[in-house]
Amino acid sequence: MKRTKSKVASIIFITIMALFIYMPIVLLMVYSFTTSKTIGEWNGFSFDLYVQMFNDPEIMTALLNTLIVGVVASLLASIIGVITSVGIYSMKKTGRKLMDGITQITMVNADIVTAAAFMMFFILVQIIPDGYATLIVAHTVICTPYVIMSVLPKLSQLDPNVYEAGLDLGATPNKTLWKVMVPQLLPAIISGFALAFTISLDDFTISTFVSSSVDTIPQYLYNKLKFKGVMPVLRALSTLILVVAFVILITINIVQNRKKKEKTMF
Amino acid sequence: MKKLKFKRQYFAFPYTAISIVFVIVPLAIIMYYAFTDKYTGAFTLNNFSLFLEPSMWKIIGISFLMAFLTTAICLLLAYPLAMALSRIKSNKTFIIVMMFVLPMWINSLLRIYSVKLLFNEFLSIDKGFFLSLIGMVYDFFPFMLLPIYTSLSQMNKSYFEASYDLGANAFTTFRKVQLPLSVPGIVSGILMVFMPSVSTYAINDILGSSQYWLFGNEIYFWFQKSLYNIGSALAFVMLLLIILSVFISSALNKLTEPTSRKSKQEGDM
Repeated sequence: MKRTKSKVASIIFITIMALFIYMPIVLLMVYSFTTSKTIGEWNGFSFDLYVQMFNDPEIMTALLNTLIVGVVASLLASIIGVITSVGIYSMKKTGRKLMDGITQITMVNADIVTAAAFMMFFILVQIIPDGYATLIVAHTVICTPYVIMSVLPKLSQLDPNVYEAGLDLGATPNKTLWKVMVPQLLPAIISGFALAFTISLDDFTISTFVSSSVDTIPQYLYNKLKFKGVMPVLRALSTLILVVAFVILITINIVQNRKKKEKTMF
Repeated sequence: MKKLKFKRQYFAFPYTAISIVFVIVPLAIIMYYAFTDKYTGAFTLNNFSLFLEPSMWKIIGISFLMAFLTTAICLLLAYPLAMALSRIKSNKTFIIVMMFVLPMWINSLLRIYSVKLLFNEFLSIDKGFFLSLIGMVYDFFPFMLLPIYTSLSQMNKSYFEASYDLGANAFTTFRKVQLPLSVPGIVSGILMVFMPSVSTYAINDILGSSQYWLFGNEIYFWFQKSLYNIGSALAFVMLLLIILSVFISSALNKLTEPTSRKSKQEGDM
């Protein structure tokens, strides 16, 4: 009796918390389909804000910038991350610990300190031109640890016998590594890539500090939210990004969860 | 197995080089700027003189108050929620937990914008300290929830049964068994919420009033004004705070878990 009571209480509490967390997001999404100036009044259902968004050159440029920086940086981060993971995996304990420390720096450090450090570096070393280049370099550096975090544990779970089998069948060690081992890691690499892309998409502080000439979506949003009043078109833009982000995240989770389930079946 | 390890560690070198050039050197540059004069480049502590001004003390005070309140509210909400989540016995648990963790990976500005819409426009609550606090709690909540949930769900349930068998009631079991065992999760949650709340500036810019300027706003201000030496001094202090908090949390973790070695707070994502 008491058990069921606390169970009901748990479920009610969970539901209330979920409502709190999703209420602002749902409100934002619902009101992206009406043109009213502020939230609360409903002007009838329409796609006008979306039409307005796709016709706004500033928004389209920012979207394109976000996409370019995100894709290039996460691709670079994935390549570097996979190569590094193989290296770390082959290291002895001390080396592993050291590398673990290095990968943790940007993850633990406050964004604003990392951002300021990047900014000073780019100002002093003027080889890298402000804009796409600084953004891509900075994003690649902050995204790589997440790829390593995703790939390295999977690498340790691989069956070393498969590697031996590759050697026994006459492949060179390098060929075995890239043709036999890496393909097994593909799910981890893909989720690492998606994670990197999300991190890039999420970043605001670092982008603001390292790039003054090229604006990504978060920078655009910040400038509009800080300096302009109400802009209904932002509701459509936010909804679009939210939906894209949710689709990516849910895909990563489903892939990872299925992997976990397969593991427990053995 | 042995053969796999031959010379492959060199693959980690490019990344190590990248990290040195783009992470460690820039941090060293910040330190250099913090301790040198803008014009002469000579060693000086003048960049830190800002910390002697009462206005700076007010900023630090408000930042810490804001960070403390954010962390406390997040903890008070996240712990019961994590407990409730860890108790669900269902094949849907994964989906329910994911629902709470997902927002963590959504752009924080978007979430702040949605909070602004709800409170500022829908409920007509004015910008200010209170709204800023709501925004921070909303933004950082998943970072508190995830580590606590991870530590609670990985707990060996037979400890609780043992506690009940030994005659303890539910509250005593919670206080004497579950709570101490979840300390590493709590510590890592606090770490993940407190420091970002001290250093963020975007949330306060959008939801707060300029009356309650935070430490993050201050750092941003000096860099924006191209006064890099003072900005670097502030960023350096922030860096010290982070290093300090990492040390405190790892010390706390060592203190509280003499038996189990495994306490990695890596959640589902």
